[in-house]
Amino acid sequence: MHHSQARRVIDLADVDALAAGAAIFGTGGGGAVHTSRLATRLRIEEFGPVPLVGVDELTPDDAVITMSAMGAPGVGLEVLTAAGQAQTLVREVERYIGRKVTTVMATEIGGSNGVTPVAWAARAGLAVLDADQMGRAFPMATMTSTNVAKLPMGVAVMCDGIGNVSLLHPVNGAWLERHARALTVASGGIALGAGVLRVEDAQAGAVIRGTVSRAIEVGHHLLGSPEPVAALVEVLGAALLITGKVIDVERVTEGGFTRGSVTVEGIGGDRDRLVRVEIQNENLVALEDGEVLVSVPDLITVVDSETGEAISTENLRFGQRIAVLAWPCDPLWRTERGLELTGPPAFGYDIPYVPLTVSSEGAVR
Amino acid sequence: MSAQLSIGIDVGGTNTDAVALDPAGTVLAWTKQPTTPDVTGGIRAALRALLAELGERRSEVGRIMLGTTHATNAIVRRRDLGRVAVMRLGAPMASDFPPLAGWPADLREAVLAGSVLTGGGHLMDGYPISPLDRDGIRRFLDGLDGYDAVAVCGIFSPSFPEQELEVQALIHDHAGPDVAVSLSHEIGALGVMERENATVLNAALYGVARDVTQALLDVVTEEKLSATTYFAQNDGTLMAVDYAAHYPVLTIGSGPANSIRGAAFLSGTDHAVIIDVGGTTSDLGVLVDRFPRESTMPREIGGVTTNFRMPDVLSLGLGGGTVVDPATGAPGHDSVGYRITQEALLFGGSTPTLTDAAALADGRLTGVSPEIAAALRTARARAHDRIESAVERMSLGRTGLALVVVGGGGFLVPDQVLGAGEVLRPEQGNVANAVGAAIALAGGRADQLCDHGDRLAAIEAAGKAAVEKAIQAGADPLRVEIVDVLETPVSYATRPTLKVSVKAAGPLAGIGNP
Repeated sequence: MHHSQARRVIDLADVDALAAGAAIFGTGGGGAVHTSRLATRLRIEEFGPVPLVGVDELTPDDAVITMSAMGAPGVGLEVLTAAGQAQTLVREVERYIGRKVTTVMATEIGGSNGVTPVAWAARAGLAVLDADQMGRAFPMATMTSTNVAKLPMGVAVMCDGIGNVSLLHPVNGAWLERHARALTVASGGIALGAGVLRVEDAQAGAVIRGTVSRAIEVGHHLLGSPEPVAALVEVLGAALLITGKVIDVERVTEGGFTRGSVTVEGIGGDRDRLVRVEIQNENLVALEDGEVLVSVPDLITVVDSETGEAISTENLRFGQRIAVLAWPCDPLWRTERGLELTGPPAFGYDIPYVPLTVSSEGAVR
Repeated sequence: MSAQLSIGIDVGGTNTDAVALDPAGTVLAWTKQPTTPDVTGGIRAALRALLAELGERRSEVGRIMLGTTHATNAIVRRRDLGRVAVMRLGAPMASDFPPLAGWPADLREAVLAGSVLTGGGHLMDGYPISPLDRDGIRRFLDGLDGYDAVAVCGIFSPSFPEQELEVQALIHDHAGPDVAVSLSHEIGALGVMERENATVLNAALYGVARDVTQALLDVVTEEKLSATTYFAQNDGTLMAVDYAAHYPVLTIGSGPANSIRGAAFLSGTDHAVIIDVGGTTSDLGVLVDRFPRESTMPREIGGVTTNFRMPDVLSLGLGGGTVVDPATGAPGHDSVGYRITQEALLFGGSTPTLTDAAALADGRLTGVSPEIAAALRTARARAHDRIESAVERMSLGRTGLALVVVGGGGFLVPDQVLGAGEVLRPEQGNVANAVGAAIALAGGRADQLCDHGDRLAAIEAAGKAAVEKAIQAGADPLRVEIVDVLETPVSYATRPTLKVSVKAAGPLAGIGNP
C-alpha cells in the first residue's frame, strides 16, 4: 500500500535518535518521549521498518493523514493508547474521504507527538511523511503551518483508548481547539486526533519539510557525541544562551495550562549571569537583566548539561545542571500571520518579537 | 531493663555487616562477615559474632532489623524468581503496551506465566473504562500451565483501589486462599507501565522474600532470641517481616537508604549530603528532615523501568581502586576492585590508583617516578573536582549543608569541599548501612488526585491512608506523623487537577526509638 520506492526508512537504529531529537524540538513541551520511544521500538520490531517519504515524492495517488495525541502529560502516564486506536482513526478518515490512506504526518515534530506516528504507521502499514505542521511543539490547534497558509478547516477525527470515535467539522482552528479539548476531557484526559492533508497543499508549502529526518539527524549527533551539548550547538546552529544551574522553578496551573518561570544561574564562563525562561507547556521567552534574549516562535530548549538530553517543562527541578539553547524558527513563523498566531502576544506576553540571529561564534545578536 | 537493644544487619553482595545499638544510640558492638550464597550462613556468622561481643547483654536485644540487596540481586541475576500470571484491568485502553513490554527477553522468559488484558479500570474522574469480566478472569487462571503468584494492575487504581481488592477476593475464591496476589495500588504510584512492572517484580520475588525472611527467623530462633524482626525498605523506613514477605520489591534500594540514614545518625545531622566511597564507585545521597530525598525520575532495576519510591542517589565512577592513567593523570572508568591489595603501587603492585594518589599526598607512598607522581597529583585534583561538583549538584543550591563521609574510600574526599559546610567522618562509618537498618522508622505513603478546590481534603484523605499504611508497617499509632507532602499539578483538563502524595512515619510500636 505504501511507497515501495521510499528513499529511506526509519528502522530500529533510528528510534532512540528520533526520540532524543524530537525531545530537543519539543522546546519543553509535546509530551515526554519515554513511552512513545518504547511503543515505536516494539512496533518496528514486530512490523519492520517504516518508509520515510519526502514531500516531493508524494504522488496524486497518495492520501495523507495528520495525527497527534492531545492531553495532559501527567494523565498520559496512566491512559495509554489501545492497540487498534490509531487504525480506527485511519479507517474513519478513509470512510470519509472514500480512499485508502497511504501516509501519516506528525502534526508536531516536538516531543512524543513527533515519535509515536512512526509506531502508528508501522502497525497500519503506512509511510511517514518527512514533514510536520509546526517544526517544533505548540500547545494549540491554531498554531499550525496549514493555518498560516489559510487552508480551509477540514474535518478532524478523534478517537480515545476506549474506542469512541468523533468526526468534527469545526468552523476554524479556535473552535477545533475548544471542541477537541472537551472531547479529550470526556475521554479521560488523552485522545488521538487526525486531520486530512491534501497532497497539492503539502507541495505548495503548507507544511514544514524535512523535520523528521532532521530530528533523527539531531538525535544521532546528540547520542553519538562525547560532548553532547557542543554537538547540539553545532548541528542546530544554536546559540548557547547560558550554562548553569536551576536556582528557582515557579509554576502555577491556570486555564488548563501550566505557567511559570525558571531561573538559571550561570557557572564556569557564565558565572555572575542570571537568565530567566518563561514557561507554559513550552519554553517561550528567555530574559536577562530585563532584556529579552529570545522569544517564541524561535526555539528555546533546556538540556542536561552533561547528557544533552532535553528536559521537558514538567521535569524542570531546582538544582539541575543545564544548558539553555536557542535557534531560529522556520521562516513561516516569522511572516505576519505566523507571528499573529504564535508570537509573544499569542501567549499573553506584551513584548515585541525580535528575530534571533546566531553568529558564527554562536552568540545572540 | 530487658529488650532495649537494637541490632541492625546489612546483607550486601560481598559482606554481611551487623551492629548493636543501645537506646541512646551508642554502638555497643559491630562486625563484618562474608555473605554466603544461602544468606543464612552470613547472617548466622554476623549475629553470633555480635552476640559474643555483647555477652550478658544479649538477653536485652529487643529488635532486629535487616536490610538486604538480595531481591535486587535476584532480579539482576535472574535467579530464584517465581512465575507470575499478570492481569491488567482496563482493556482496551493501554493495549498498545502489553504487560512486560520493554523487559529484557531473558527476564520476561523467567517471570511470565501468562498475561491477560481484561475489563475494568477507571478514568481520572473515576468513570469506569469497561465492566469487570469475572468469568474471563477465572478462565484465564484455569488456562495457565501453572504459576507461582498473580499480579493485578488496574488503570488509575492508585486513585480507585476497590476494584483490585475485588479481583484479589475473586482469585482467592476461585484458585484458593493461599495464592499470592500482588495488587498494583499497594506497590506504586501513577504511571501504569512502571507500576505494573513493579507489581510483577514484587510477585516474582515472593519466593526470594520467603527465603530471606525465613533465614532471619531461623537464626533468631537458633540463638533463642525473643526479639521482634523487621526489614528495611527503599526510603529508610522499616516494615514488619510479614509485610516484607508481601512487598519484597520494597526492599530494593534499602542499601543506599540505610547508608544515608546511618551516616547521618552517626554524625548527628538531620540535613546533610552523604557520600559513601567504596572501591569502585561513590554514591551520594541527601538527607532531608532525617529521611533520604527520593528520586523523581523512573528507576531501572535489572533493565526494568519502575516508579516505586527510591532514594535519589548519584553514583560516580570514583573509588579507592579507580585506575589512574599514568600518562594524563585521568581517573578512568576501571577499578582494581578487591585486588587493590595486590595491584596498587602502595601494596607493591604496578597499577596507579586513587588510593596511591591519596597515599602520595600524605607521604605514605614514596619512591615513585616524577612522571607517575605528577599523574597521581593530577588525578587527586580531578577526583576532588568531580566530588565537589557532585556534592554541589546533590545539594540543589543549598550551600553549607554538612557533608558526611563514610565507606572504605572516604580518604578521597578532601577536608574542605567548596559549597559544603563541615566535612564529618563518623566513627563506624564502615558499617553505616547496618546502623541505618538499626535506627529505621516505620512509614507509609499514599497518593490521590483531586480538584484544586478539594486540595486540603485530598491531603487529609491521603494522609489518613498513609498513616494507616505506616501503622500496618509497624509504627506506633500514637507517634506516627506526616513527614512529607508532594503536590503535582496536572494541566490540560478543563478543571485543574492536582496529585497529592503524602508520607507518614513513626517509631516502631512498643520500644523507644534510639
